[in-house]
Amino acid sequence: MAGCTPQAAPVGAGTKIKVAIDPVTRIEGHLKVEVEVKDGVVSDARVFGGMYRGFEQILIGRDPRDASQITQRICGVCPTAHATASVLALDDAFKVKLTDNGRITRNLIFGANYLQSHILHFYHLAALDYVNGPDTAPFIPRYAKNDVRVPKDINDVAVGQYLEALEIRKICHEMVALFGGKMPHVPGLVVGGASEIPTQEKLVAYAERFKKVKKFVMEKYVPLVYLLAGPYGDLLKTGGGYKNCVSWGVFPMDDKGNTLQKRGVFTDGKDYPVDTALIKEYVKYSFFDDATTGLNPREGKTVPNPNKAGAYSFIKAPRYNGKPHEAGPLARMWVTNPELSKIGQEKLGVKKMREIGDAAFSILGRHVARAEETVIVANAVEQWLSEVKPGKDTYVPVPVPDSAEGLGLTEAPRGALLHYVNIKDKKIANYQVTSATIWNANPMDDMGQKGPMEKALIGVPVPDAANPVNVGRLIRSFDP
Amino acid sequence: MKDEQTLPDVQQKKTGVSRRTFLKAATGTAAGIGISQMFNPALVSALEKALKTHPVLWIQGQGCTGCSVSLLNSVDPSIADILLKVISLQFHPTVMASEGQTAMENLYAVAEEYKGKFSLVVEGAIPLAADGKYCIVGEMNHKEITMLDLTKEIGAKAGSVIAVGTCATYGGIPAAKGNVTGATGVMDVFKQFGIKTPVVNIPGCPSHPDWIVGSIVHLLTKGLPELDDNGRPLLFFGENIHDNCPHLKEYDAGTLAEKLSEPKGCRIELGCKGPTTFADCYTRKWNSGLNWCVDNAVCIGCVEPGFPDASSPFYEPA
Repeated sequence: MAGCTPQAAPVGAGTKIKVAIDPVTRIEGHLKVEVEVKDGVVSDARVFGGMYRGFEQILIGRDPRDASQITQRICGVCPTAHATASVLALDDAFKVKLTDNGRITRNLIFGANYLQSHILHFYHLAALDYVNGPDTAPFIPRYAKNDVRVPKDINDVAVGQYLEALEIRKICHEMVALFGGKMPHVPGLVVGGASEIPTQEKLVAYAERFKKVKKFVMEKYVPLVYLLAGPYGDLLKTGGGYKNCVSWGVFPMDDKGNTLQKRGVFTDGKDYPVDTALIKEYVKYSFFDDATTGLNPREGKTVPNPNKAGAYSFIKAPRYNGKPHEAGPLARMWVTNPELSKIGQEKLGVKKMREIGDAAFSILGRHVARAEETVIVANAVEQWLSEVKPGKDTYVPVPVPDSAEGLGLTEAPRGALLHYVNIKDKKIANYQVTSATIWNANPMDDMGQKGPMEKALIGVPVPDAANPVNVGRLIRSFDP
Repeated sequence: MKDEQTLPDVQQKKTGVSRRTFLKAATGTAAGIGISQMFNPALVSALEKALKTHPVLWIQGQGCTGCSVSLLNSVDPSIADILLKVISLQFHPTVMASEGQTAMENLYAVAEEYKGKFSLVVEGAIPLAADGKYCIVGEMNHKEITMLDLTKEIGAKAGSVIAVGTCATYGGIPAAKGNVTGATGVMDVFKQFGIKTPVVNIPGCPSHPDWIVGSIVHLLTKGLPELDDNGRPLLFFGENIHDNCPHLKEYDAGTLAEKLSEPKGCRIELGCKGPTTFADCYTRKWNSGLNWCVDNAVCIGCVEPGFPDASSPFYEPA
């Protein structure tokens, strides 16, 4: 069975073949990719976002406090990220100062979902690109030649871990729910803090679960990622893209704006502080009204036009200082440049993230960055557990302001996330979301620059157009 | 159409997985959640037989994948058992190995081969505006397929449809005031296009894993469960949250919480929509029974057909 829709033309030198994958599966949402393959590598690529719901329009006129509940429903894999961005925007607009316990409890809720999301992504979304699942649905059908290169014993270990990871990620969600209420979609993240005060009993329950999760991360997840670097070493050399990074920073470590993963931008080889005024969203190739192109989210408008000629995606094209940037664990790790885990240092022969060099910007490099970040978040969870005070209030009640605006900057597990709220007469007058996958999976902008994922696809080897395995591998390395 | 030598059978032989193992687990689960009569052991063989001829196809429209993620939190049977032993999940965009045309061909092939027998699970709303263009789910032979196309075509061939989550049942957030996509739920689409396949609505934002698994098992063993006026199984959505809430005594005594972080007191003054919401969250709770919205904050009425408009503002009393 053909794995795509290649044209039946014979593959000779210089022949261009178009390959479309629709749907791209094991992601959140609806995505199509179309690549042109020439001489066995991708020579051109377009990424299509296939769904629009209209959250920004739906939010207009509502009580601002409802935004953190409604926007969580943008993504069931990372609802805590949208809730966090939303409550940060509302905290800003309501001018509320959190208690330390409120900040730390939020981190315990969000941190547990970071662990869940990275584990889910590697095992349940990405791993089937590298190992074979059992010979039963939903693990079959699969590509006839799926380029699985691991020996049977390692494949068996990986499948065993896939199943174990299902249990581990469920435990992560239990950690979220202990203080967040339920998961997906937590009631516990609210403007002014967190709605549930941790008790000693619940902290013990959280810590017990966390111990199992951390053991899995250190003994299974991280080693397996490095193990794959053996047979798939060539995937550390392809899929680089622009090598520009945005990170808004995530997990406030104090009330002064310091975050665990740092805020910063890396453009054309240089580091810059973040200036949100430099974010603009373009829509020339997106199904949105042309009159709304080039706007900063503060003035942002979201006016869909599903029949617009020349457009090919429901995703806008955000640019920082006019340039495409990738977002996600790799961007955060690059901007923050922390020390790698012990196993990472051993396997890579370097101490810090940036010493990995260009190989970090690759299909496998993104998985390495994600695994390394999981270790950093796990270590931080330990710190928060030592800092949180059982029984101390986590919430500061504060009235809805008549008119105000607020900006919430955080990082979803899959990348930079911005929420902007404008309140008039105690109601939402404008709400704009620039989410992680918008940074990565966007189409061309008005200046003709391709989106980061499109750019990263160019040069990726596709030796067999009927089994374009590396295309899916590249896309999933971004965790869209 | 195959009867004896079914596709799931072939797969069973390769993996050596025993369905009976699962069936025992499912029976145990049901007893644990107080609906044991539904899963009487006498029904095990019926379930076993039904499973063989009932592949499940799971399609996604305007959703967030939250109901799929919620299903992953199933406790007993575990999600690993569900995937490998309970259901033959032939199509699921978030989970399946295949992609592109391989996946779409399999979807259409299974729907044809098991016509009138397979169960279709729909997650996410279906947008009707702009000929369905607000949600493209894939393509076949270079032709774009919308969620509306797929719901109509595969829905008409299914033996039963399970609409999972408030988006697929009643439109949910994509259908809230202000939307331009014409989002709606499965029942509404079927009504508009004259499709007669029976639909079970399992709302919730997200649905509880027990509600999903329990409804699928009921459907396979005893057929359609008894439904309320909104198409929801009474088994899970028959009781009012406020009337059964552990905080009801406090309400009766006039002890009302005035602050979200206050652990004691009825949450009605904080905006809790328990009095107008019907679901068994008060006893079942979430994430392995660890917590639920009312103990943590407030109920926002996410299982009700009017969600979110009918229950917002969420933090103001009704």
